[in-house]
Amino acid sequence: MLDSIAGLGRFALRFVERLGRSQLFGLELLRALGAGLARPRLMVEQMYSIGVMSSLITVVAGLFVGMVLGLQGYYTLSDFGAEDSLGQLVALSLVRELGPVVTALLFAGRAGSALTAEIGLMKATEQLSALEMMAVDPLRRVLAPRLIAGFLSMPLLAALFSMTGVGGGYFVAVGLVGIDPGSFWSQMQSGVDFHDDILNGVLKSVVFGAVVTWISLFEGYDCIPTSEGVSRATTRTVVHSSLAVLGVDFVLTALMFGE
Amino acid sequence: MTNRGVEIAVGLFVAIGLGALLVLAMQVSNLGLAERGEVYRLTADFDNIGGLKERSPVTAAGVTVGRVTAVEYKMDTFSARVTLEIQKRYDRFPMDTGASIYTSGILGEQYVELNPGAEEEVLADGDVIGLTQSAFVLEELIGRVLLNRAEGG
Amino acid sequence: MLPDRQISANVSADPRNTWVRIRGLSFDRGGYRIFDRIDIDIEYGRVTAVLGPSGSGKTTLLKLISGQLTPGAGCIEVGGRVVHDMSRSGLFALRRSMGMLFQSGALLSDLDVFENVAFPLREHTALPEALVRQLVLLRLESVGLRSARRLLPSELSGGMARRVALARALVLDPEMILFDEPFTGQDPISMGVLVKLIRSVNQALGITGVVVSHDVRETLSIADYVYVIGEGRVIGQGTPQEIEQSDSPWIRQFVQGHPDGPVPFHYPGPSIADDLFGDGG
Repeated sequence: MLDSIAGLGRFALRFVERLGRSQLFGLELLRALGAGLARPRLMVEQMYSIGVMSSLITVVAGLFVGMVLGLQGYYTLSDFGAEDSLGQLVALSLVRELGPVVTALLFAGRAGSALTAEIGLMKATEQLSALEMMAVDPLRRVLAPRLIAGFLSMPLLAALFSMTGVGGGYFVAVGLVGIDPGSFWSQMQSGVDFHDDILNGVLKSVVFGAVVTWISLFEGYDCIPTSEGVSRATTRTVVHSSLAVLGVDFVLTALMFGE
Repeated sequence: MTNRGVEIAVGLFVAIGLGALLVLAMQVSNLGLAERGEVYRLTADFDNIGGLKERSPVTAAGVTVGRVTAVEYKMDTFSARVTLEIQKRYDRFPMDTGASIYTSGILGEQYVELNPGAEEEVLADGDVIGLTQSAFVLEELIGRVLLNRAEGG
Repeated sequence: MLPDRQISANVSADPRNTWVRIRGLSFDRGGYRIFDRIDIDIEYGRVTAVLGPSGSGKTTLLKLISGQLTPGAGCIEVGGRVVHDMSRSGLFALRRSMGMLFQSGALLSDLDVFENVAFPLREHTALPEALVRQLVLLRLESVGLRSARRLLPSELSGGMARRVALARALVLDPEMILFDEPFTGQDPISMGVLVKLIRSVNQALGITGVVVSHDVRETLSIADYVYVIGEGRVIGQGTPQEIEQSDSPWIRQFVQGHPDGPVPFHYPGPSIADDLFGDGG
């Protein structure tokens, strides 16, 4: 009995210790950001492996989510005779919430885990140590470009998601269910505000990009440098990033969309 | 992948992403409907504005001619003062134009509809619209119906 | 620009020219005392070996010398300056004069061989590309891999990767190179190549070498001076001949590879009679 309490206490201490390390890591990373910007080639390479390679899954997911929104929205709205608002429903759901959040979750699974594995492998093969020995700060050269690529890629991916989602919703609404395209677009356009909805959505995805990339890089940097350690770190990245995204989303939504 | 290939791919990615943002801004949001050109201001006082809020449309004959830009409560007249911005090209509303608050559909948002009058003088920047009709409040109608039934029958 | 290189004969003539001075070093990790007040001197221009069994903290010692780890107690001086008192920029300057050869080579996996060797030049100097190319090719030639320069690290064998790493460690003309287990897991030919390279790097270029290893024979064949460490302390030191002729049972067991001795064969515990016929466990 006492053992399990002690175990719980140890777990809590380890958790807090890791949390502190991740914060310190985050601060160091922020300081190294300037150097990251000074290496456009590295950033471009990272944007390719992080952003471009995530586009396919984002677009496909966006399409399907948009179509499902169209269907589900139609079933519910038709009970109130409000089918004409379907466009507005699909667009607002995507732009405000689903675009940034689902994109971030997909990103954590695909790009985040790849980042963690990459950094973890560099740690396990002593490349990070070698860089330090060669008087090159790995935070500046390896990690900062990846962080910048992360929070530049995310809003672009979220926009792709929302756009294809709206397209998917349009296909279902006008193509399948037979809603008038004119009212689909006009209701949407009057209901979606550029500043309040779209810009806030973009802001959300920038924040998510920073959070997910930071967690991915930290888990790789901090992992135990064995193959088992790396694989556990990638799992942790996906879990922690997803939870963090959902938590931050709640806070941001309350701040942005509250009256 | 060659270096040039990577750069091209990233460039395409950024371009398409920004394009998606642009499409969202123009097609999906109300940015595409933003007033081009100048606007002039009118104010109107209502007893009850219902759910009218900033950025609600101002229409005439059903066409959007402007936006609500401010809503204030006036203690001296105990009424709501609404500021309307009308596009400058619609500058010949007569002085006795009426402003009414209607609801779009049954559950939709509320908007201000301008009903032109017959006078020769027109409203200019800063003028006040005199004739106003407040928003339709469901509870009052229900209350009146119940009252009528109680009295009538 | 690259620093001048002194002729090794002049420097090694003075035996009291200590480049790395370690005094009273103590270091703990994970509750274990890895080093307990040890003293080590690394002579300038010589190859000094640190021998010891696995887990005795040899790699940790290299990291302490390079400032990647901080001692719990004691003092490490390199070139007369205390390592753990240095600022970040001081440390980085120190490391530019110090090369390290990691056990796995630690080449950057996204760069080919040429780019890996060129990396320190590109990061720390502004030399024109033509000069960079010549320096890289010369270094690769000295380790015998000039024609392999377009291969990726994933396409190299372990021995080749270490040779490339050596070329990379040499490219900025360091004063000292730290070798972390250079012979471990190598076939005899690769081993011979590495032995030749370490010796020639020291003799031709006068570079101070610190080799940590548990491969006794190869290490004794190239070292000028040897420290044997075990259980956190220096249990023997001397020239290779002195070590081979030592009376200490520790050193004899280690050097000659006896399975049982001061380091016991059986993991400590109750006797076998107790385990077979007693209760419990």
